[in-house]
Amino acid sequence: MSTDYKPQSAVAKWIDKRLPLITLFNGHLMQYPTPKNLNYWWTFGGILTFCLVTQIITGLVLAMHYIADADLAFSSVEHIMRDVNYGWFLRYIHANGASMFFIAVYIHMARSLFYGSYKEPRELIWIIGVFIFLLMIATAFMGYVLPWGQMSFWGATVITNLFSAIPVFGESITNWLWGGYSVGSPLLTRFFTLHYLLPFLIFGLVILHVWALHVPGNNNPEGIDVVQGSQDTVPFHPHYVVKDVFALLVFMIIFAGFVFFTPNLLGHTDNYIQANPLQTPEHIVPEWYFLPFYAILRAIPDKLGGVIMMVSAIAILAFLPWLDTSKVRSAKYRPLFRQFYWIFLANFLLLGYLGAQPAEGIYVIISRIATIYYFVHFIIILPVLGFVEKTKPLPKSISEPVLNDKERAAKAATAPA
Amino acid sequence: MIRRGRRKLLLPQHSVLKFIKFLALLIITVPTSQSILIAAEIHEPMRPYWSFEGPLGKFERASLQRGYQVYTEVCSGCHSMDLLSYRNLIQPGGPEFSEKQAKAMAAMFEVETGPDQDGEMFMRSAILSDKFVSPWENEQQARAANGGAYPPDLSVIVKARPNGADYIYSLLLGYKDAPEGTELDDGVYYNEYAKGMRIAMPQVLYEDGVEYTDSTAASEEQMAHDVTTFLTWSAEPKLEERKRMGFKVIIYLLILAFLFYFTNKSIWRDTH
Repeated sequence: MSTDYKPQSAVAKWIDKRLPLITLFNGHLMQYPTPKNLNYWWTFGGILTFCLVTQIITGLVLAMHYIADADLAFSSVEHIMRDVNYGWFLRYIHANGASMFFIAVYIHMARSLFYGSYKEPRELIWIIGVFIFLLMIATAFMGYVLPWGQMSFWGATVITNLFSAIPVFGESITNWLWGGYSVGSPLLTRFFTLHYLLPFLIFGLVILHVWALHVPGNNNPEGIDVVQGSQDTVPFHPHYVVKDVFALLVFMIIFAGFVFFTPNLLGHTDNYIQANPLQTPEHIVPEWYFLPFYAILRAIPDKLGGVIMMVSAIAILAFLPWLDTSKVRSAKYRPLFRQFYWIFLANFLLLGYLGAQPAEGIYVIISRIATIYYFVHFIIILPVLGFVEKTKPLPKSISEPVLNDKERAAKAATAPA
Repeated sequence: MIRRGRRKLLLPQHSVLKFIKFLALLIITVPTSQSILIAAEIHEPMRPYWSFEGPLGKFERASLQRGYQVYTEVCSGCHSMDLLSYRNLIQPGGPEFSEKQAKAMAAMFEVETGPDQDGEMFMRSAILSDKFVSPWENEQQARAANGGAYPPDLSVIVKARPNGADYIYSLLLGYKDAPEGTELDDGVYYNEYAKGMRIAMPQVLYEDGVEYTDSTAASEEQMAHDVTTFLTWSAEPKLEERKRMGFKVIIYLLILAFLFYFTNKSIWRDTH
């Protein structure tokens, strides 16, 4: 990143000559030219960074008090809630933080889908993002197992059992994962270890994600390239630093609402019952953010088939830059795509609803239709749209539609009533 | 001058509207996905008034103290509360018994401890640092004494059931004569609020079943209300601290967000 930063103080000069850290931060966090027309949907990158850091910090302290053992895990969590100073605060932030993290990441992804942020030249940013999402899913799933409540235990049982669907080696792999013949202490200990490790891998990928972003620069609501050296961009600081902080504060107010006033709303009551291998809960449901994928898993009558479809539902995202054949990025200029976008989103929410319902009767049938539609959107609709859709004319530059809006407003103001 | 003021107001409204839409989206999607998760098969429980509900809710100290009395005199015959210690009874935000009272309450129980210098285990009176003494040696003993049913530990029971306090309160008062034609096995009782209307716990609350030390009239509703309040505290002992802190945090965040909103606006003023 180019920067005209020149270290002033002797200390800054000394450091920057040996390791240009200050120059690096100055270029990427302050002078970084950002399209001036980003809306509030673009603030979720910063919000997600906040979520990750919050989870790591609270998780670190929780790990100091948590005991990863089948007999002690549940009561060690209650020990945190009761006896550790502000332990309840840390745990509720961490537990609700996972939900907030997923709310933010889904919005972040939906924004990318709408404005075509995954398209050339930003394919790698998107693909790294898909890997981050994948790691987030793994991390959140293993984290939910740690309190060792009923849903922890049975969720872990259902998901790890999926590996037994692998032909020939399935059972051996499952036993290897479990470290035994059923879900128990060995699995809990390795989940704890991995739950501690993965966030740091996510952190590493986030750095790559931002690095890859800063090569072409941000996409924007118009979906067009910025004109270099024009009025299209503003420096990241203070314009977007302050805007992001404002959005983050609003996000934090909602976050705090959950943490302080309804901290268990997003969890399942069964998870306050200690894990009992002899008693299966009536309905085993995952955390809300996994429900759409859970619905896809259950829509397929065959276990292996279900697993393949569920994994494909996420993996297919990585191929999105090539499945979407349209050269126009923003849905603003794609009238047909825009319709299908909202249908896709509604279908995804429907899958989430179905994931929470018992897998029986009409729910199974709707799940199958919704699952098929999910894939049809990527495999048929998106590739075909690029060829048949008549897109609207793109503005020449970011400044143009803004000016046009102004001219229009000026005309409207002078027009007779 | 008036015109300028008007223009200034118009700009923020636009972005505020966008934000309201976005918030509405969040608010609509989150709770609906949750209400789906709660099993719908349970009889809708009664909704009495609870002092601890709402953003500024607090426990009623006297009710917590009476609730402890109901727990010890009625529930504790069958139900353990493994996660609580006698010292919790004097902590702020709880029943807030005096230290002297709590010590006396603990001393009513015997715990096995040791080994002593000869390697023998011995019994002594419970002290503040001891956990609530369980009525059972182990689960098997509990089941044997209860016709095969295991009375669950009550420490976090309010958080472990959908509708929490409302459910527990309703369940305690939900015993009715079984409608004609209802077959009940031995040791199974009819209760409107239990799953499938059947429960292995008999009715335990009867009028004047407890003689309250503060001479409150011990109606069934009063006892159910008091013991549920006590169980809510035991499930969430930091509830008062949490809500108090939450109130301050949100006010702080609101002020800060307000400041940043206007800072943001002024920074972007000259960008078109």
